[in-house]
Amino acid sequence: MTTQVKRNIVIEKEKSLKSLFLRWETLLILLFVVVNVMNASISKNYLNTANLFTAISTFLVKGFIAFPMAYILVLGDIDLSVGSTVALSATLLGVSYNAGLPMGVAVVIALLCGTLCGLINGIILTKFTELAAMIVTLGTMTLYRGIAEMILGSQSTGGLQNVTWFYNLYYARLGAVPYIFIIFCVLAIAFGFVLHKTTFGRYLYAIGNSRVVAHYSGIPVQAIRLISFTLVGFVCGISAIYYASWAGTVRFDIATGYELEAISMVVLGGISTAGGKGNFPGTVISIFTIGLLKYGLGLINVNSQTILMIIGAILIVVVTIPNIRVQKNAAKAIKPAAKRC
Amino acid sequence: MSEYILELCNITKIFPGVKALDGVNFQLKAGEIHALMGENGAGKSTFIKVITGVHHAEEGTIFLDGKKVEFRTPLDAQRAGIAAIYQHVTSYPHLSVAENIFMGHESVKGGMIQWKEMHKRADALLSRLNAEFSSAALMSSLSVAQQQMVEIAKALSMDARIIIMDEPTAALTRSESEELYRISEKLRDEGKSIIFISHRLEDMYRLATRVTVFRDANYIGTYDVAQITPPELIKAMVGREIKELFPKPEVEIGEEVLRVENLSRAGYFRDVSFNIHAGEIVGFTGLVGAGRTEVVQTLFGIERYDSGKIIFEGKEIQIRKPQDAMRRGIGLLTEDRQECGLILDWGIGANITLPELRKYAKRHVTNEKVENTAAKQLAESVDVKAVTIFDKASSLSGGNQQKVVVAKALGSDLKLLIMDEPTKGVDVGAKAAIYEIMGELVQKGLAIIMISSEMPEILGMSDRVYVMCDGRVTGELGRGVASQEVILELAMAKHTHHAHAQGV
Repeated sequence: MTTQVKRNIVIEKEKSLKSLFLRWETLLILLFVVVNVMNASISKNYLNTANLFTAISTFLVKGFIAFPMAYILVLGDIDLSVGSTVALSATLLGVSYNAGLPMGVAVVIALLCGTLCGLINGIILTKFTELAAMIVTLGTMTLYRGIAEMILGSQSTGGLQNVTWFYNLYYARLGAVPYIFIIFCVLAIAFGFVLHKTTFGRYLYAIGNSRVVAHYSGIPVQAIRLISFTLVGFVCGISAIYYASWAGTVRFDIATGYELEAISMVVLGGISTAGGKGNFPGTVISIFTIGLLKYGLGLINVNSQTILMIIGAILIVVVTIPNIRVQKNAAKAIKPAAKRC
Repeated sequence: MSEYILELCNITKIFPGVKALDGVNFQLKAGEIHALMGENGAGKSTFIKVITGVHHAEEGTIFLDGKKVEFRTPLDAQRAGIAAIYQHVTSYPHLSVAENIFMGHESVKGGMIQWKEMHKRADALLSRLNAEFSSAALMSSLSVAQQQMVEIAKALSMDARIIIMDEPTAALTRSESEELYRISEKLRDEGKSIIFISHRLEDMYRLATRVTVFRDANYIGTYDVAQITPPELIKAMVGREIKELFPKPEVEIGEEVLRVENLSRAGYFRDVSFNIHAGEIVGFTGLVGAGRTEVVQTLFGIERYDSGKIIFEGKEIQIRKPQDAMRRGIGLLTEDRQECGLILDWGIGANITLPELRKYAKRHVTNEKVENTAAKQLAESVDVKAVTIFDKASSLSGGNQQKVVVAKALGSDLKLLIMDEPTKGVDVGAKAAIYEIMGELVQKGLAIIMISSEMPEILGMSDRVYVMCDGRVTGELGRGVASQEVILELAMAKHTHHAHAQGV
């Protein structure tokens, strides 16, 4: 019964300028510019390159975590244990070094510890697929921190900056540019490439949209979740090393609140916690936006509680805007007309 | 008093860019069952939503008992005595039947819910419908048919005078459909008016006295059921004549592709054995719940099996996950394409290329150009009605979504395609297209397993038919031997009397 001519389906995408302006990233870049203009007008020294990089370096330590966190949120999962993983990894680093191990070994131990923490989260969540990531990682969040506290108690473990190369990890610069910034950029490109240009990245989005469809499409859903959670742990290990290099001493209660900061950065970047949506450049922009906003507010001596409130408010406003638009489109005014047939 | 209880005149509903309804009319008498028919996308659902106050029409008037009314919200329509029962039952699975029936209008005295009274009233409603379950039962423990009964009871509890049923029989077995017919007739005799939407001509002829047909958002006409023949009706719906609905071409049957021996899974199916050859369409039928879906899901690695052998192309294989099946060229189209088959938010192209993404990628790096070209070819090969491959899957009608799922499966080098209820919820025109695709595939040497509850489809398309009942294969019938009566008998055969190899 093929009497009709088969239709032609085109590959060209419709491009409209309007949608470009309404896009999330446009909004983000706007916010980013506003924050910078504000900071520059507050402090004359703000645009001094050396100062700026000093400021940037401090928030890059936790900014790393937003990269794999973006993957986790795209998957539709969440990981609340990152702060505790950083604390435990840094604790082990300090303790191993002070027990006489070479710093190189201590660094490897920190990386292994972080990776193991992530792997444990991943194994629990992929063996028992009904469990919610929110609850499991809430559990490991207290568990990992508890172990760190058991090891250190109320003590701190310090002297880490006595090793020159370890000190240089955070503080050394290439010209005016800190190495941590360069590493950050390299990782950002790598994580962005994997998410947007590889099959792995596409699978993350597919799983985030529908685990069932992904499973039926032959995608190894649980293996990909396991890899992603392990990756988060590994990056937490990196973050722990930079933290130790930056601070020089470690206590069990460091890095508290990292989980919420990392999640805020990703969500502000346009990746929804519902999974399957958003893109990576947004995350990178928002890492800098949040980081610099905090720095700028610090410059005018706003206390840290107020800073948190302001960031919370901005997060809510920015996340709400696209929803207002959607609802407006849905609720169009209608005028009924009466006519008899 | 008007002759009509409900009258809609010249209703036009515009969505951004589309006229979903274009000046349609509808008249419902008291105590009548009125069928509403049309292909998917004809505007039936939108029309129902106008009646129930979900959508507002840009133009047109609604008269209730001859008086002009305006339904601003679903609550307005509910208060006017209009209730709708949807294809996908929208209930609270973890609550009891009584709670579901009275959700939103519980019997309350002094702020306290009157449980006893509610259960009493619920049980009364249920017995009026001849239901065989109690109001204390959990909603999730009921079958789809029983859940629909609860929905009907809910409508009655709100004193609905006009009950709209949207594809109520789509998920029901034959005997369950009969039960629904009986209930509908009883309600009609009690003076209720029913608007019945269905793709099954059978439903309409069995129940309705009048039928209104929509096509492409337009009103085509209202007919007396007794005076319109099926071909005339199909022509009214489709706008062209469909001569041959089942074009299963004569294909030379090739080598055996798959043989299953004594496949069992405790609680689901037992000792299931069958085989299929290249170029063959093998039908699996039986009542809903007979274990057909579970068997094919096992073949695709979704479910596990306890014992038995799967022999694929002469070699015994193990299938533990979908990848195992796909690697060997086994594809599965699930019954629930929206849940299991498509990412609705994605374009059709991205959906089509998803399973074989690796094939289009170079060392895991994706190549969108290659993907898009492949997606375009696959989508065109099954004639998906879409403008670009970036059209969202959610924007397509059921039939076209099914075509996309077929295209998705065809991206792999298939040897065996399993189709679970391939034309469920699909309109007549798209049905014919899907049958045609099936015909093309077997001509290319594919083997197709088709699960279906629709008798004409099973009889028309299958080379052989396996009938299942209670998790067992109760019979195997060759083309020509299979008839509605024999199949029904086997489908309800509680005791297995292996009617093996009749006429094969």
